[in-house]
Amino acid sequence: MTFKRSMKKMAAGIVASSAIFYSGAVMAADTIKVGVLHSLSGTMAISESTLKDTVLMLIKEQNAKGGVMGKKLEPVVVDPASNWPLFAEKARELITKDKVDVIFGCWTSVSRKSVLPVVEELNGLLFYPVQYEGEESSKNVFYTGAAPNQQAIPAVDYLLNDLGVKRFVLAGTDYVYPRTTNKILEAYLKSKGIPDEDIMINYTPFGYSDWQSIVSNIKDFGSQGKKTAVVSTINGDANVPFYKELANQGVKAEDIPVVAFSVGEEELSGIDTGPLVGHLAAWNYFESVDTEANEKFIDEWHQYTGNDKRVTNDPMEATYIGFNMWVKAVEKAKSTDTDKVAKAMIGMETPNLTGGMAVMNKNHHLSKPVLIGEIQDDGQFSVVWQTDGLVKGDAWSDFLPGSKDLISDWTAPINCGNYNVKTKTCGGQAAAE
Amino acid sequence: MGHRICRLAFALLLPWLCSLAWAEAPKNSTTIESATTADPAPRDLHTILQPLTERSFDKKEAAIRQLAEQDSPRVVPLLNALMDRDLLHWKDQDRIVLGKKVDGDWQLYDPVTEQPLARVGRRDARAVVINNHLRTVINNQLALRSLNSKNSDERYQAANQLIGNLDPDMLAALSQRREVETRSRVLDEITTALNIAALHSDDLTTRLNAIDALGSDLHPTVKNTLNQVLRQSDSEVEKAAARKSIDRIEARIERFQTADTIFFGLSLGSVLLLAAIGLAITFGVMGVINMAHGELIMLGAYTTYVVQQLLPDSHEWSLIIAIPAAFLVSGLVGILIERFVIRYLYGRPLETLLATFGVSLILQQAVRVIFSPLNRTVVTPDWMSGAWQINPVFSLTFNRLYIIFFALTVFLALLTLLKKTRLGLQVRAVSQNRNTARALGIRSERVNALTFGLGSGIAGIAGVALAQLTNVGPNLGQSYIIDSFMVVVFGGVGNLWGTLTAAFGLGIANKFLEPVAGAVLAKIVVLVFIILFIQRKPRGLFPQRGRAAEE
Repeated sequence: MTFKRSMKKMAAGIVASSAIFYSGAVMAADTIKVGVLHSLSGTMAISESTLKDTVLMLIKEQNAKGGVMGKKLEPVVVDPASNWPLFAEKARELITKDKVDVIFGCWTSVSRKSVLPVVEELNGLLFYPVQYEGEESSKNVFYTGAAPNQQAIPAVDYLLNDLGVKRFVLAGTDYVYPRTTNKILEAYLKSKGIPDEDIMINYTPFGYSDWQSIVSNIKDFGSQGKKTAVVSTINGDANVPFYKELANQGVKAEDIPVVAFSVGEEELSGIDTGPLVGHLAAWNYFESVDTEANEKFIDEWHQYTGNDKRVTNDPMEATYIGFNMWVKAVEKAKSTDTDKVAKAMIGMETPNLTGGMAVMNKNHHLSKPVLIGEIQDDGQFSVVWQTDGLVKGDAWSDFLPGSKDLISDWTAPINCGNYNVKTKTCGGQAAAE
Repeated sequence: MGHRICRLAFALLLPWLCSLAWAEAPKNSTTIESATTADPAPRDLHTILQPLTERSFDKKEAAIRQLAEQDSPRVVPLLNALMDRDLLHWKDQDRIVLGKKVDGDWQLYDPVTEQPLARVGRRDARAVVINNHLRTVINNQLALRSLNSKNSDERYQAANQLIGNLDPDMLAALSQRREVETRSRVLDEITTALNIAALHSDDLTTRLNAIDALGSDLHPTVKNTLNQVLRQSDSEVEKAAARKSIDRIEARIERFQTADTIFFGLSLGSVLLLAAIGLAITFGVMGVINMAHGELIMLGAYTTYVVQQLLPDSHEWSLIIAIPAAFLVSGLVGILIERFVIRYLYGRPLETLLATFGVSLILQQAVRVIFSPLNRTVVTPDWMSGAWQINPVFSLTFNRLYIIFFALTVFLALLTLLKKTRLGLQVRAVSQNRNTARALGIRSERVNALTFGLGSGIAGIAGVALAQLTNVGPNLGQSYIIDSFMVVVFGGVGNLWGTLTAAFGLGIANKFLEPVAGAVLAKIVVLVFIILFIQRKPRGLFPQRGRAAEE
């Protein structure tokens, strides 16, 4: 009984407080609202809370510069709590109740797929800042992280051409991003003449921590007389025990290098990197990149967080680029209307942190440089290779049978996210998921 | 000799120089000139080092090789500095210098004379970037120089590093060393290195002899090179010999691999045992379904982190202090949970399950608020890193080895506690029949709280061990809670020996399945097996007998 009563009281309290909140929101009408949809609790909080801080820092700076079109930016932060269906609910709440003009958010592909129908239905605008498996392009989403051809393919090229690797272990966590990326890589390696028996594919569950036998298998696979490398799409938490085991079993980067697509400065801040020196990662940005823009960004980040040990990473740069592009696009369109901003976004250029310009393409993906870095003993990467120019993000991989004829072009006359260049029709793709 | 004294004096003067350097920031030209007059070599070294300022790795490699050819006592320290990223590119002056971090700034020194040059901001100088290839080149050069070291460990490392190397200078040095080497361990490595080199000889008989000699060598490079010979050779005799040697090596490797798998299984088993043993008390003996068990493990791991933060200078021993600390922290939290939540829910398993699940979420979020959602670094002490290398294909990693022993120790201690002490007697009495125990004057409430605290405290100890293997983060507990329940249920609720058997049994079964089925499928197979097993024997491997079991 008392329980029921207190529940009622609580519900009333929530209604009252939210009423106050909304009335407050209505009063501040001449601001532009920016939704931040990153998990602050649950499994993904480890990666996503950093991006929330990044967006808040960028908003603060923009406001200090006078806001956008003379209006202040007002952040609306929600916590989808690493719960994929909740991402959709929170996105709906942000667009319909809070009336935000743009959302920066999501990390995992599942969460993006969950938000996708909502932003399409309500004609919202989402900036997605994380590297992903591609095979998607939506009118309402701008993808500022890397597509597979901006990370995985150049990294494998580096292994093939510069290191002379002939045997590949494709190790990943068992979910959509590694599976799709490995499918693309397998097709790509075969097109380069690597036979089946020289490719080993291995999947492990989320948060896997007992890597003993897998590392021992990799060692064995690498002792067959050909230079071997590991291409790792192992996600988040599982990386620390993986690298610890590599170090303990004495797998050295000189013998079997591991190139990772999900390991950045943030992930390495949890381990002693002494024994990992020389293992590789491929990204569009490293904190160690020596440019003025990057130094300024790092200083601001340290100042904002009040902690000069906090590292920066690739998804932060993607957030930075996405945010600056959005600001420019709003100013160009002189409106925050989704369609007008989306139109103004295409062809937009803003400086990235690695010393060049990022360009938004017609397929809502960026052109960015690709860098390969080696892990150093201080948890940073030093760049050992980079592409000559910018690499244009490709929404639909050329190496998958279902998607090689598809392109995405959000300008007239095609105006389609999955246009088949052979049949000249829009839609009808089977390779979407 | 004079040089060494100079360096000694320099080391003594270092703190003083550092304090002066900022004020003076000498333009250094004078110091270099005076050094140059004393010894003609240094000037050369500066020029040799200059290409290291360039981006191209080829130019850097040429510079490193040129440096290695110099006959100067500075070569080894400079190569080491390059490896340790102490060699910097000073941007303003566009030259190579040595650097040390002082309060976030760089204190720069001349690479040859080690004279302090200037103190600059952390972005005014950048470490010279080297890649894996250059690292191998440098390591080989360093190995060549320590091949004649007085320390046999260093000689062993050096010979090991040079295996697979075909550089004539290096091979000459190895042959020379072979004549005078007395330690058999070092000699074996040298022989392997020379035999591998002989595989590339032009003479077929030499090659065949080498192939035969390598037939019992387990070094991974040997198998690698023999496989290359098998693929590239055009002589049938040579191919057959290579095939034979590879078969011999593989037969030996196979035997060790089984031993390896058993060790992996024991190690996984010990982790399962540690995670489950606390639960064997709270769930097994008391019958409380404690979903917050994983979070008590997590608290233990965070305690390890906090202890290491509090004792920053003694990473080697802080782990020992962390064990009782973690026991106390988790134990106290456990007692609090028992007093404020579980006490009211005895005999209502579903409500207990929900309430403790809520507690687990609260604890997780509390940790996120206090320590941030990012993972924390727990330092692995030196005595726990690396591996006990029995031979090149069989090694036991130290951290796993210690954890196996640790798990068994904790198990035995707990068993003694339950069987031999007064508290243990009371715990068993209360768990068998609460009313009779109370009638006999046992304060069952107090015993309940203490038992729960004991189980929780042991979970905390498990956290100390797990902090060495996996991430210390808010999700640490979640990944072990299912496994813990699985082990306790499979082993038989209320039976510690059952928990032990189940943990090691499941660990070894998992590791034998994994190579065949893959990690994901192996886990599923084990779970399906347990479900079927529980269907047949609902009370687990070793069911508890007696009245309590009949309830």
